[in-house]
Amino acid sequence: MQAQGSSQQYLSVGELPKLAGQRNASVQAKIPVTVMGGFHVNSNKPSEEYLIPLKLTWTATGALQAGTIVYPKPTQEKYEFAEKPLSVLTGSFDLVANFKVAPDAQAGPGAVSGKLRYQACNNRACFPPKTVNVTIPYQIH
Amino acid sequence: MTVLRLAGALATALLVGCFISGCSGPQRAARTSSLKPDDKRHQAPDFALKDADGKVVHLSDYRGKVVLLDFWATWCGPCKIEIPWFIDFQRKDQQKGLVVLGVSMDDDGWQVVKPFVASMKVNYRVLLGTDQTAQLYGGVDALPTTFLIDRQGKIAAVHVGLADRKDFERGIDELLQGSVNASTRFGMPALFAGTR
Repeated sequence: MQAQGSSQQYLSVGELPKLAGQRNASVQAKIPVTVMGGFHVNSNKPSEEYLIPLKLTWTATGALQAGTIVYPKPTQEKYEFAEKPLSVLTGSFDLVANFKVAPDAQAGPGAVSGKLRYQACNNRACFPPKTVNVTIPYQIH
Repeated sequence: MTVLRLAGALATALLVGCFISGCSGPQRAARTSSLKPDDKRHQAPDFALKDADGKVVHLSDYRGKVVLLDFWATWCGPCKIEIPWFIDFQRKDQQKGLVVLGVSMDDDGWQVVKPFVASMKVNYRVLLGTDQTAQLYGGVDALPTTFLIDRQGKIAAVHVGLADRKDFERGIDELLQGSVNASTRFGMPALFAGTR
């Protein structure tokens, strides 16, 4: 289908810090995200059922156990194409991902991989859902 | 043929890129009001897409009609604004020779499209789009993207993004008054440069 037709991205993920921890430790990653100027993405809880939410999904967590993901507080913005204000994210914000180091984790490096799915619009058009790869390196002590 | 198709895709990509980056301002870019003159129009590419009943529909099936071809998706807010307009146009102008065709670009297919179409009480034919078809029409990344096609099967206007209802009405009225040339064939690649 067409949804992945264009390689144009409207959102980018910034540099990710390396996580470090011992077995059973809780670790947290701040994932910096920037939405291109003039665009918005739906929040993780869009105000309309038909809208596609921002969603981070882990595909491989290695020696870490995935915990909660905290999304930023959205803003309510009114657009010409919607009767009610929409729950959206614009500009730069952080996602916070929580992990726990597995009790049987081997010491050494690794990486968590995931995909951030979003759907962007500007004030007059919308663009097909896209995904951005997210890879967070870690070191188990 | 390939070169022409590439040129068409490139021209539209530039045009859409201009819309996306706001080089002429989204407001202005989306508010095309005039149709291209006859001699600047290019043939709309033919396609074969399935409707909700699984029937294959070709654009060329509508030779001699004015076609409003709307690329849309269920997750597209601006599309939801325009669809009721198109329902009105279909009801008001179908006897005069207008055909509205909706091409859904939803990844999830009929599972999401059928309930949406039912809830919106869409009275025109809806087809499921493909990558191939989108590419024929320049990529169609921004939704809605709507083509007005004249009775000769040529693209008379392209609206990228939420357009102005009156622009559509003016364009449709003008095209419906155009002469019918049933011998014209569909199938040539479209060159969109300057269509907006």
